[in-house]
Amino acid sequence: MGLTLAEKILLAHCEADRVAPGDFVMARCDVVMANDLGGPHAARELVKMGVDRVFDPSKVVVVADHLAPAKDIRSAELLKALKEWCDRQGVTYYDQGRGGIEHTVLCEEGWVVPGSVIVGADSHSCTYGALGAFGTGMGATDIAGALALGSFWQIVPGTIVVEYTGEKGDYVTGKDLILALIAEIGVAGATGMALEFVGDGAAALTVDERLAVSNMAVEAGADTGLFPADAVTAEYLRGRTDRPWTAERSDEDAEVASRVRIALADVPPLIALPHSPGNVVPVVEAVGRKIDQVYIGNCANGTITDLRQAAEMLRGRTVHRDCRAIIVPASQRIYRQALAEGLLDAFVEAGCAVMTPTCGACLGGHSGVIGEGESAITTTNRNFRGRMGSNEAFVHLANAWVAAAAAVAGEIVHPADVAGKAAA
Amino acid sequence: MIIEGTAVVIPLDDVDTDVMYPGQFIGILDDDEMAKHLFEGLDPTLRDQLVGDTVLLAGSNFGTGSSRENVPAAMRASGIRCVVARSFARIFHRNCINLGMPALTCPDAVAAARPGSAVRVEPESGSIRVDGRAFSSTPLPPFMLELLQAGGLVPWIRGRRA
Repeated sequence: MGLTLAEKILLAHCEADRVAPGDFVMARCDVVMANDLGGPHAARELVKMGVDRVFDPSKVVVVADHLAPAKDIRSAELLKALKEWCDRQGVTYYDQGRGGIEHTVLCEEGWVVPGSVIVGADSHSCTYGALGAFGTGMGATDIAGALALGSFWQIVPGTIVVEYTGEKGDYVTGKDLILALIAEIGVAGATGMALEFVGDGAAALTVDERLAVSNMAVEAGADTGLFPADAVTAEYLRGRTDRPWTAERSDEDAEVASRVRIALADVPPLIALPHSPGNVVPVVEAVGRKIDQVYIGNCANGTITDLRQAAEMLRGRTVHRDCRAIIVPASQRIYRQALAEGLLDAFVEAGCAVMTPTCGACLGGHSGVIGEGESAITTTNRNFRGRMGSNEAFVHLANAWVAAAAAVAGEIVHPADVAGKAAA
Repeated sequence: MIIEGTAVVIPLDDVDTDVMYPGQFIGILDDDEMAKHLFEGLDPTLRDQLVGDTVLLAGSNFGTGSSRENVPAAMRASGIRCVVARSFARIFHRNCINLGMPALTCPDAVAAARPGSAVRVEPESGSIRVDGRAFSSTPLPPFMLELLQAGGLVPWIRGRRA
């Protein structure tokens, strides 16, 4: 009996001779990631464990993104203490202005390679699956354990194979592909599972789009969401990393929990209505909903690809007078690229607020939270009640084309309807 | 290990960690301070039911979403000794076990529980009694029981290093 990709990766990172779904393993980490929320918490738990030094400073990376730039005095002091801790431990620290949003930064800076195991103090650490890595999110005590031992406890997941076939239609992106899957299997449909994305439709996706897909694997309950490494992955990694890696995929005869097939021709631009990522309908069924704020950014969809799509809608047009638009490039690299391509200028001219990379308003932290009765459309990954601010606000999730089109219209609209109208 | 407490019931499915502990309070590191914001986005009056030792009974996919450990930490600081749910989201379940708080899957016990019910839980055997009625939960893997018996991942690692 063959092995799935997730099983192969875990087998290569534990002491067991064989693994099967449901097995308990202690898995070794190639990278342990913490941010400015889980990081300070984990550092405190590490002390309680009686551990002075992290297991291997070269395998630990810390990113300031949730609270940074500091939203208040408490945050400023946490960030200060976190930097001091990183310096003391000798681990890599991406401060504000030097990195960006954790998952984007780790991929861009070459920390993530196929076949590796990466644990992160953030549920969207499953994003690393886009590059064929077993990335998985966990809480602060778990991360403290990984910092102490260089390993973590894990139940070997089953695998749901997701086959995307055919070609995407106009204004359809990775965001729509993962929303289509969540609509199909539900927000707990992959609990105890790894997702594995295959098929010609998956292979044709760029890394930016794969990141969007893998990022929301946890929104279906999955441990991680894997794209088997291929030429697209290799091209992305060239020049970013000198970490060794090999391209693995599931064996033909591997036993999988289930298979889901999604024909891309049947996937229109989608939108997740409040208050669940599983509350998915085609955009055309939601047109006319008034939008107070558009937010384009976050670890799912703040890539240069997303910004280009948004600029296509906003260049030469104006943000609707009753709507606010916030653009958050996910990293310093993306920010500079967008600057070089003139995208940021187009956004500013259209009346958008362009922010420095941060998780900020995605989790209702700062820099664009929304108030009672307000509706937002965002390219983020969660629209739970209260997620972006007020408990009485409404968050819609969609791709960057759809979000930017809503900024122009002041209401939800199909992007083709904005594109069809000549820019002023 | 035997846990006894008064039932607090959240009969909803897919209750996420954002509503149980909103992002605006996420920078707080002190457990007792966190406890003041537990369930803030769900129903703050639930906090009034957290008197003495309690057992929380909840629906399916409980704790979905963010990995924020503030939720089980605030629960622990509020006197919640055990969580019984129809099912759990993975990271929340890990966090509970790592903090030494039993988190057991037992839909029948959840269905039987009413606010104020007397609940008795034996994590090792998986036995749960609600107002005297007996139920069996899905057994926890031996390693999770080992962590619970140690009091969580922190004392478990401290013990291994001693």
